[in-house]
Amino acid sequence: MSSPVSAIRPPLVTGHKSYHDITEDLVIGTEKTPTASWVIGLILSVTLLGFGIFCILWTIWNGIGTWNLNRTIGWGWDITNFVWWIGIGHAGTLISAILLLFRQKWRTGVNRAAEAMTIFAVMCAGLFPLIHMGRIWMAMFIFPYVNTRGPLWPNFNSPLLWDVFAISTYFTVSLLFWYTGLVPDFATVRDRAKGFRRKIYSFLSFGWTGSAKHWQRWESLSLILAGIATPLVLSVHTIVSFDFATSVIPGWHTTIFPPYFVAGAVFSGFAMVQTLMIITRKIMKLEDYITIEHIESMNKVIVTTGMIVGVAYLTELFISWYSGYVYEQFAFFNRALGPYYWSYFGMMFCNVVSPLFFFSKKLRRNIQFTFFMSILINIGMWFERFVIIATTLARDYLPSSWSFYVPTWVEIGIYLGTFGLFFTLYLIFVRVAPVVAIAEVKSILKSSGDQYTGGHSDSHSHKAAPAKKKTLVDTAANVVSDSLKKLEGIGPKIEQVLNAGGIYTFEQLSQTSVDKMQSLLDSADGNFKGNSPESWADQARLAADGKWDELKTLQDKLDGGRY
Amino acid sequence: MAVKTVDYIYGLYNDEEILLDAVRTANAEHLEIGEVYSPFPVHGLDPLLGLEESRLHIAGFVYGGLGTLTAFLGMTWIFTKDWPIIFGGKPYWSVPAFIPITFELTVLFAAIGMVVSFYIVCGLGPGVKEKTLDDRITDDKFCIAFNKSEVNIDAVNAFFKNTGAEEVNSKSL
Repeated sequence: MSSPVSAIRPPLVTGHKSYHDITEDLVIGTEKTPTASWVIGLILSVTLLGFGIFCILWTIWNGIGTWNLNRTIGWGWDITNFVWWIGIGHAGTLISAILLLFRQKWRTGVNRAAEAMTIFAVMCAGLFPLIHMGRIWMAMFIFPYVNTRGPLWPNFNSPLLWDVFAISTYFTVSLLFWYTGLVPDFATVRDRAKGFRRKIYSFLSFGWTGSAKHWQRWESLSLILAGIATPLVLSVHTIVSFDFATSVIPGWHTTIFPPYFVAGAVFSGFAMVQTLMIITRKIMKLEDYITIEHIESMNKVIVTTGMIVGVAYLTELFISWYSGYVYEQFAFFNRALGPYYWSYFGMMFCNVVSPLFFFSKKLRRNIQFTFFMSILINIGMWFERFVIIATTLARDYLPSSWSFYVPTWVEIGIYLGTFGLFFTLYLIFVRVAPVVAIAEVKSILKSSGDQYTGGHSDSHSHKAAPAKKKTLVDTAANVVSDSLKKLEGIGPKIEQVLNAGGIYTFEQLSQTSVDKMQSLLDSADGNFKGNSPESWADQARLAADGKWDELKTLQDKLDGGRY
Repeated sequence: MAVKTVDYIYGLYNDEEILLDAVRTANAEHLEIGEVYSPFPVHGLDPLLGLEESRLHIAGFVYGGLGTLTAFLGMTWIFTKDWPIIFGGKPYWSVPAFIPITFELTVLFAAIGMVVSFYIVCGLGPGVKEKTLDDRITDDKFCIAFNKSEVNIDAVNAFFKNTGAEEVNSKSL
C-alpha cells in the first residue's frame, strides 16, 4: 500500500519528520519541566477562577439580587455568557467530527486541542444556567428522575428542558470522543515514561497496546462517533436558539434562528481555536504540525461562517421590515439606534465587516493578523448575544416597563471566573496530554509529510518557484526524494524501480536518457511492457523547475506517458 | 479471566509498507501470525490478517434505537398516563415537542453504549495493565508477533530475516 499523495495539496507536516520525530516533538510538552510562562499563566488563571468562585458563592449566599437583572430584563450577562461559551464549544466537535467525515486531513493538527477547548467551554457554559436558577441546590429538579414529589416531571415540551438534554448529551459525547482519541496517545506517553509517571499513564491509557484488531475497532468507533456527533453539534445550538425562537418576544420569534445560531457558533468557535492554537503552537514550538496551511484553512471556515452570519443579520432586518409588524420593526430599530446602539454596531463591525479581510490570501496567512481577528470575532460574537438578549428585553411592549441594564461586579466577576476556569483547564491539559493527536498525525505522514509531497510547499500557489535544490543523500543516509509518481506513466512500482536504479529526484530523472530508463525497466522484476519512458525526462524537467501548470498541460496531452 | 502466559517471538519493522509486505509473505508461507501491533492504524492490514469487519456500528445502531424508544415512550407514558398536564393548550401527546429530546437521547445512548462496548470487547479500561511486547511499538515500530507454540521457530527466524525485520526478540505475556 502506498498512500495517495496529492500533487496540489500543500504538506501538513513539515520539517521532514520521521515517526519517531513526531513522538518526540509531541510528547515532550508533557515531559519537560513547566516553563515560567506556563506557571505564571496558571497562577493568573487560578486567581481568576478563585475570584469567579467567590462571586458565585456571593450570588448563592446573598441571592440573585446581587445581579442587576430586573423585571424587564430577566436575562442579562448570565445567558449572554452561556450562549457565548456554548458557541465557542462548537468548533472542537465540528473539527473532529465533520472534518473527519469529509476526510479533511488538516484536522489532525488541531483536533485534539479544539476538542479539549470544546469540553472546557461547555463546562463554563453549563455553569451559567445553574447559577441563574437562583437556588442552585435544586438544580437536580431539571432532570426527570423518579422523585418523592409525585413523581413530578419536568416539562418535556419546554425548550429550556431540551437545552438540558442537548448540553449534557453534547458534553458527554464530546468527552467520550476526546478521551477515546487520547487513549493511544497516552499509551505513547506511557511507553516513554518510567516509575510513578508510567503508573499514571498506564492507568490513563486503559492498557492500550496498539494491536491490529483494537485499531480496527478504534477506527470504526471514531467514524461512528463522528457520524452521530455531526447532527448532534448542529442540534445543540439549534436547541439553544429555540430558547429564544419559541418565545413570543419580537426579535426572538424568528425561524431563521437555528441556522443563524449554528453558523455563529462555528464562527466564534473557530475564532477561539485560532486564538488558542496560535499561542500554543508558538509556545510549544509546534509550527511543523500546526502549519500556516492549518491556520489558513480555519480562516476559510471563519470567512464562510462569518458571511452566513452577515446574511442572517441582514435577512432579519429585511424580514422585520417586510413583515409590516410594528413590534418586530421596533425591535430592530431599537437594536441599532436604541440605548445599546454601540453593541449593535460593534457586532456588525466585528462579525460582518472584519471577516471580509480574510478574502485576501495574504491576510489569511498572516499570523499576527489572524490572532487580532480572532480576538475581534470573539468580542463581536459576545456583542451579538448581548444584542439579542439584553437589548431586546430592555424595550418590551409596554413603554412603562422599559428598563436599562448594566452588570454588577458580581456578574462581571463570574464571567471573568469562567475565563479562569477555561484557561486553568487548558493549561493543565497541555501539560498532561499531547496537544496534537500523535497517532493521527503519524497516519497522515505518508500522504501529507513534506518529504513525501516533494517539499515544494508553494507548488499550489502556481508560482513557478524553482524547486529547492536537494542533496541526493543526506547525512543520515536517508534519501531525500521527490514523488516521481506525480509524473504520468510512473506508478509506485516504477518509482521503486527508478529508486533502485539510483534515481530519486525530478532533477536526476530529467538528466537520464530514455535508453537508461528503458534498461532499468527491462532488468527489473515485473512486466513494464506497457510503459514507455519517452516523456518522463521532459515531465521531470518541468517538475524539477516547479512548472506545475505546464506539467499539467503536457500531461493532458500525453496518453499514459506516451506522446 | 484466567491468566495464562503466551510465549511470543516478535519482529520489529521500521515502516508500515515493509510490515504489509511481511504480512503478505507470512500468508504466502502459511505462518500463523499471532498478533500485529502498530503505532497507528495501518490501512490494508485487516484483510491480510483475515480480520472481519468490526460489528461495533451494529451495536451502535441498537443502542441508538434503545435511546429513541426510551425517550419517546418515556415521555409518552409520563405525559399521557402518569401525570397528564396541558401546556399552552396543546394535546397531552404533543409529538413534535418530543423530537429534540428523543434525538438527544438517541445520540447519547448510541455513544455511551458504543464506547463502553468498545472498551469491553477490547479488554481495555481503567486499571487494565498493558501487555506490551516492546515500548517502541507506540512510537515508531511495527511489530509482527508469533505464538511460539504455534509456529516453527526456525521458519519464523528465516521469515524475519527475509522480510527485513530490524530486530527479533522473544517475550512471554
